[in-house]
Amino acid sequence: MQTIWAAVLPSALANGLRRIGNGSLHAIARVGFATRFFVAVLRQTPAAFRRLQLTLREVYFAGVLSLVVIMVSGLFVGMVLGLQGYDTLNRYGAGDSLGIFVGLSLVRELGPVVSGLLFASRAGSAITAEIGLMKTTEQLSAMEMMAVDPLARIIAPRFWGGVISMPLLAALFSVMGVFGAYLVGVRLIGVDNGTFWGNMQAGIDFWPDVTNGIIKSFVFGIAVSLIAVFEGFDAKPTAEGVSSATTRTVVGGSLAILALDFVLTVFMFRGVG
Amino acid sequence: MNRSTIDLWVGIFVTIGVGAIVFLALKVGNLTSLNAQPSYRLEARFDNIGGLKLRAPVKAAGVVVGRVAGVTLDPKTYEAVVALNVDNGFEFSKDTIASILTSGLLGEVYIGLEAGGDPQMLASNARIAKTQSAVVLEKLISQFMFDKASSGATK
Amino acid sequence: MPQFAGATMPGTPNAVAMAGVTYGYDRARAVLTGIDMVIPRGKVVAIMGGSGCGKTTLLRLIGGQIRAQAGRVDVDGQDVSALDRDGLYALRRKIGMLFQFGALFTDLTVFENVAFPIREHTDLPDALIHDLVVMKLHAVGLRGAASLRPAELSGGMARRVALARAVALDPMLVLYDEPFAGLDPISLGVVGQLIRQLNDALGSTSVVVTHDVYESLKIVDYMYFVSGGRIVAQGTPAEVRVSTDPFVRQFVDGEPDGPVPFHYPARSYADDLGSRAA
Repeated sequence: MQTIWAAVLPSALANGLRRIGNGSLHAIARVGFATRFFVAVLRQTPAAFRRLQLTLREVYFAGVLSLVVIMVSGLFVGMVLGLQGYDTLNRYGAGDSLGIFVGLSLVRELGPVVSGLLFASRAGSAITAEIGLMKTTEQLSAMEMMAVDPLARIIAPRFWGGVISMPLLAALFSVMGVFGAYLVGVRLIGVDNGTFWGNMQAGIDFWPDVTNGIIKSFVFGIAVSLIAVFEGFDAKPTAEGVSSATTRTVVGGSLAILALDFVLTVFMFRGVG
Repeated sequence: MNRSTIDLWVGIFVTIGVGAIVFLALKVGNLTSLNAQPSYRLEARFDNIGGLKLRAPVKAAGVVVGRVAGVTLDPKTYEAVVALNVDNGFEFSKDTIASILTSGLLGEVYIGLEAGGDPQMLASNARIAKTQSAVVLEKLISQFMFDKASSGATK
Repeated sequence: MPQFAGATMPGTPNAVAMAGVTYGYDRARAVLTGIDMVIPRGKVVAIMGGSGCGKTTLLRLIGGQIRAQAGRVDVDGQDVSALDRDGLYALRRKIGMLFQFGALFTDLTVFENVAFPIREHTDLPDALIHDLVVMKLHAVGLRGAASLRPAELSGGMARRVALARAVALDPMLVLYDEPFAGLDPISLGVVGQLIRQLNDALGSTSVVVTHDVYESLKIVDYMYFVSGGRIVAQGTPAEVRVSTDPFVRQFVDGEPDGPVPFHYPARSYADDLGSRAA
């Protein structure tokens, strides 16, 4: 028995360690590659905007086609916030603060974060799948052989399309959320209309609250769009390769949003309140 | 999907997106009431500011006339020095009283200004002479209990 | 037909010249070893071999997509590995490439696909571009399909559109990656004829990577046979037809066993039968 353990354990351990080591090196190399990729994409920014039509087309596919899911989700999230918020606030006799509660939650956090997560799953995965498929069918290679840089023509417009769309979608989400809370709070439950809006306006400042929300959604847009185009560009040119790249975009983009949200919130809202 | 349709939809999207941002700024936030007015500075000193925060409103007769711009401690007199930005349209007499009040029982803390009868007005950077510090709940309770105890003893 | 893809280097008789080229995707296994190959101007040359023998790698070396680890690749008199990015892109404007299965841009119409290289590399007015595209589509017989999308095309039609796109700028060198793969007999004949006719009409050079022996024998001027990363045989179609080289015979006649073995390397049959582990 002793000898079996002595023989088996070290090699299993060694193999496990070797795999962890390889995996880490691989992951670090990938991060390096992604960084170089990011710099190369940014350098193509003037080209992406010179051919404005390309970028506008991507704003359509990333932004306009996400409108329905974002606005409907915003409405429902706002309505739930209204219901749950009133229920909790009312216990402390603070039902009149529903407006400010909903407004702050949406503008500071839920707007950028939830719309970012929805964007990652809808638009991010679509971008990754499209680029991955173009790679699989050799369209990217064909473009390269025709002396056209695919980074300039395919990747950069999609990146900027996502970055432009995100803050707009986040703002629309927040607006629909406030509207949903208004429907539930004022129309359904009976919170006073003037109090709802008045407290909200008094409590939410443009400078820290609304602008920080916009900055957050902008940062999320950069993160998700970058992950989406990178995973598509780096996908293995097979059916499974594209499928796993799409999954990585959704998972990686969502985690990135949540992590960045924490970091940004600490910096932005530390001194307030 | 031809070009003009895409352009139309992108235009609509950007317009309502920017409109949403504007709506958030004006209707949900309070952009209009914040930046428009130029203001002048007044100073007031308190023994205790309680829960007064930066950008808390300054009200006279319940109407917002300015914001708290800064709060520091005077290291020599151990008083709280509060800087107020009052909108240019409002002038207050030299014997104005500045008090720290709470709106409602658990509401936000603000500074209330009560103007007096002095014909002379406070100039920019002037100090408000009369102030009333915040009511600290613990002191109130201990005061009440002290009064209760002393009135019980004299019975 | 006007040549406007850039002047070719004077004095070089060969469009492509490879000397001692060795390439491997990783250190261990070399895909190509010691390749010496010459593609004279104006000729149609076939590179033949079984799947996975390195034929497509040769095309990528010519196009500069990969760099040889040893040896030299000259295209139009220039050493491809010595070119910087701009030089490489300038070279690629003189080369047209037909990818396996077409690689058409799926979000553009047939017309826009063929117009793509013209729009990207020239400042020609729309009317002129329109006429050029119509001429190219007419040459491949698909002028009427100009407004269709790639998804609506059959395999043979897509291949022909890709061919029109590859020659849109009248390139001096056209590379074909398995142009006959998966086509019905009629389309095979059409594509084969188009390769020959376009080559002669444009005065360009064509390199056809394929394993279709029958079509190649009909249209090419010279053939190279690649096996195991080396050139094992070469010759004109006439020479190949009567060749006694065992590899050429196995390839041309389609014999299942010969220099390229039928059985994947394994231990003896007797040992494998009756044993449990694989």
